[in-house]
Amino acid sequence: MLKRWLRNTTMATVLALAPLPAWAQETPKQGGDVLITYKDDIATLDPAVGYDWVNWSMIKSLYSRLMDYTPGTPDLVPSLAQTFDVSPDGLTYTFKLRTGVKFTNGRELVASDVKYSIERAVNPKTQGPGAGFFSAIKGYEDVSGGKATTLEGIEAPDATTVIFHLSRPDATFLHVLAINFASVVPQEAVEAAGGDFGKKPVGSGTFVLKEWTIGQRLVFERNPDYFVKDMPHINTFTVEVGQEPLVALLRLQKGEVDIAGDGIPPAKFLEIKNSPAGAGMIVDGEQLHTGYVSLNTKIKPFDNVKVRQAVNMAVNKERITRILNGRATPANQPLPPAMPGYDKSYTGYAYDVAKAKALLTEAGFPDGFQTVLYSTNTDPQPRIAQAIQQDLAAIGVKAEVRALAQSNVIAAGGTEGEAPMIWSGGMAWIADFPDPSNFYGPILGCSGAVAGGWNWSWYCNADLDKRAVAADSMSDPAKATERAAVWGKIFTDIMADAPWIPVINERRVVAKSPRMGGSDKIYVDPTRVINYDAIYVKQ
Amino acid sequence: MALLIVRRLVQTALILLGVAAITFLLLYALPADPARMIAGRSATAQTVANIRRELGLDQPLLVQFWTYLQGILQGNLGRSYAQKTDVGALILARLPATLILMAAGIFVEVVLGLILGIIAALRRGGAIDRMVMMASFVGVSAPQFVVALLLLYVFAVTLGWFPMSGFGTAAHVVLPAATLGILGAGWYARMVRSAMIDVLNQDYVRTARAKGLSSARIVLRHALPNALLPIIAMIGIDIGQFMGGVVVVEAVYGWPGIGQLAWQAIQQVDIPIIMGVTLVSALAIVLGNLLADIIAPLIDPRIHAR
Repeated sequence: MLKRWLRNTTMATVLALAPLPAWAQETPKQGGDVLITYKDDIATLDPAVGYDWVNWSMIKSLYSRLMDYTPGTPDLVPSLAQTFDVSPDGLTYTFKLRTGVKFTNGRELVASDVKYSIERAVNPKTQGPGAGFFSAIKGYEDVSGGKATTLEGIEAPDATTVIFHLSRPDATFLHVLAINFASVVPQEAVEAAGGDFGKKPVGSGTFVLKEWTIGQRLVFERNPDYFVKDMPHINTFTVEVGQEPLVALLRLQKGEVDIAGDGIPPAKFLEIKNSPAGAGMIVDGEQLHTGYVSLNTKIKPFDNVKVRQAVNMAVNKERITRILNGRATPANQPLPPAMPGYDKSYTGYAYDVAKAKALLTEAGFPDGFQTVLYSTNTDPQPRIAQAIQQDLAAIGVKAEVRALAQSNVIAAGGTEGEAPMIWSGGMAWIADFPDPSNFYGPILGCSGAVAGGWNWSWYCNADLDKRAVAADSMSDPAKATERAAVWGKIFTDIMADAPWIPVINERRVVAKSPRMGGSDKIYVDPTRVINYDAIYVKQ
Repeated sequence: MALLIVRRLVQTALILLGVAAITFLLLYALPADPARMIAGRSATAQTVANIRRELGLDQPLLVQFWTYLQGILQGNLGRSYAQKTDVGALILARLPATLILMAAGIFVEVVLGLILGIIAALRRGGAIDRMVMMASFVGVSAPQFVVALLLLYVFAVTLGWFPMSGFGTAAHVVLPAATLGILGAGWYARMVRSAMIDVLNQDYVRTARAKGLSSARIVLRHALPNALLPIIAMIGIDIGQFMGGVVVVEAVYGWPGIGQLAWQAIQQVDIPIIMGVTLVSALAIVLGNLLADIIAPLIDPRIHAR
C-alpha cells in the first residue's frame, strides 16, 4: 500500500490557494529585461556549494529539483517529479520524473542525473556545505566518510524512476529534495568545467547564465525549453555586483535599476518610506528569521536558569524594533510566526524589570554581575547590542559590548567557554526550508553544542533531543499538523530553560521600481528571497 | 643600471617572501575558521571536518605555507575557498579596472598637485598661496567616502553628466579618478610648493632671471625639473597603494577593482584571495619604487643609479 495522500493533498492545496494571492488577479506579462544590483560579488553558482542568500535565489532559478515550492509560499509541490509515493514506514520514497525535461546543453534529464547530483553534493571532494542534509539516505556515512562515491540508498532503475531508501524516517525529506543542494546537474558539464562549474553552470531551470563578467555583471536569459509553460515571465535579468546599497537606491530612484537587492540602508529607510514615491518602492516581507541573544549555559552565571530567565525579562524588545524602524516584531520563542509549529498562545517572558531584578536576587546576584555581549560590527547590529546593554544595566548586569567581524563572532560562539552572550544580528538563523526541525539541531540541539558548532548557548538537553528525533520520524504526511504541534511544544519547553533571549523576527526589505509587478511575497519569498521565476514587468 | 635592476629584483623576491610569510601567519592566527565559514550554519561536524581536510587546513601550518610557496613558484596563487576558482584568474579579471583607475587617479592628482603647487610657490605668502594650502589641507583630511558621495551626488545624480556607477566607458572613470585625484592632490601640491620654493631661491634661477628669460621658461625648464624628484618617488608609492585597491572609492562607484575583491575575501576569511591580493600589491609597491629609482637619474643626471 503506497501513500498518494501527500501528493494529492499538496496538489489540492495548491489549487485551492492559487486564486488567493493578489498578483494572481493580474495576468503576468511575458517579456521585459530587469536590472538587479547587489553589493557583494556572486561567489559561485554551483548548487552543491553556493550557500548565501544572494546566490541562493539565482541557483534556484538556474536548476530544477524533484520538489519545489509554490512561489511566495512555503508549500511543497512536485517539480521535476511528476508523482511520488512514500512507503508506510517512511523509509522508501519513489519518484516518477516528468519526461522530456532537457538540460540547457540539450541533453534529456534522466533519473541517473538525480542520483549523480545528490552523490556529488555529499562527496567530500565537492566541499559542499549541505552534505549533512542528506544524512538520512542509506549509505550516507560511507560517502561522506570517503569510503564510497555512490549512495546505496538511491536507485535509478529506469530513466524516469528514482527510489530513495532511508536509514531512518525523516519527515523533512521532501524539503531536503527541494533545497538547492538537491539541484540536478549534468555530469558531463560538471566534468567539462574542470572544477569551475560554479562559474559555468548548466541546469534545467527557468534561466540560463548567458554572460558572467567577473566583478561586474551576470546576465541570465529565459530558458525557452523550461518544462512549465509561461514560466518564467521576464526575458532576462542582469545582476550588477559591487554596487553600494546607497548608490543602488539613487539609481533605483532615477529609474536605472529595477530591484535593489540589498534593500534600503537603515539610515535612509524612514526618508524613503515617508516620501510619496518611496512607499511604493519598498517591499517589506516576512521571512523565517529569529534574532536572538544566546546565553552560554556553560559560563557562569548563565549556568543558572534563573539568571537566564531574568535577563529574558530585562530586554525591551519593542525598543529594538524601533531601532530597526519597525522592520521587525518582538519575538518570544525560537520559531518565527510564519513557521509551522509556532505557538500563538505562548507568551514567553514579558518585559518586566522589577520581576527580572527579583529573579536575579533569588539566583544570588542582587547586585548583578559583569559579562560580555558579542555582536557583529556592521550597522545596525552594534546599536542593537548597545540597547541590550542598557536594558541589562537596568537590572545591574554590566555587559561589555564586543563588536567584531562576523567570522570572529562565529569563531567565539563555537569555542567552549568563550562567549557568555552573543547578539545574533547579521548572522541570525534564517530557515533553510520551512520546517520547524530546521530551527533545532544545529542551533539548539546537542549536535550543535560542539567546538565549531552554531549552538552558541552550548545547550544540550538529551530529553528534548529524543523528542526531536521522534518528531522527525513522524513522516506520515497525514500527521503533519500533529507533528508541527509536537515541534512547537519542544520549542516552548526549551524556553523554560531559557538558553536564548528570542528578541525579534526581522522582515527583509527589497526595493523595487514601480514597473515591477507581482505580490510582495515573490520579492521576499520565504524559500528563496527574490523569486526570479515569478516576478514580471507590468504592462 | 642593469646591476641595479638585478639587485633590486633579488631584493623584491626576498621582500615578497617576507610579506607572504607574515601575512600567512597573521591570517592563520586569526580566531576565525575558514572551513566553518564555508560550511555555513547547517553543516554537521563531519562536513566541516571534510571541508577542512579537502582544503588542507588540517595540515601543520609550516606544511601549508610550504605548499603555498611551491604553488607560487609555479605561478599558482591557489584556489579561492568560497568561490572555488583560481585566485590568479580572479585577480587578473580585475586587473584592467585597477590599472585604469590607478593611472587616471595618479594623473589627476599629479596634474592638479603640480598646478596648485607651482601657483602657490610663485605667490608664496599671498592670499592665493594660503587658499591653495588650505584647500590641500582639506583635501588630504577629507574622508574618501564623503568626497566620493558628494561628487556622485552633484555630477551624476543631480547634473547627470556622468554615470553613477560601473565600468566600461571613459565617462565611468571620471568621478572615481577625480575623487582619488582631489584627495591625493593635496600631498603633491604641498610637496611641489616646498620643493619649488627651495629651487626658486637658488642662484641659477636668479641667473636665469637676470638673463631676462620669461618666467614661464624659468619655472618649466629650470626650476620644475629640479623640484620633480620627490614627486616621482611619491608616484612610485602611489602605484603600490592604488594597486592594493582603493576599497572605499571602488565601493561607492561600483568599480570592479582589486579592493572590492580583497574586502569581500576578508569578510569570508577566503585566505587564498587575501594572500594573492597582498602579494600583488606588495609587488606593485616594490616595482613602483624601483621604477621611481630608475627614472630619477634620467631626470636628474646628478643622481647615479646604484
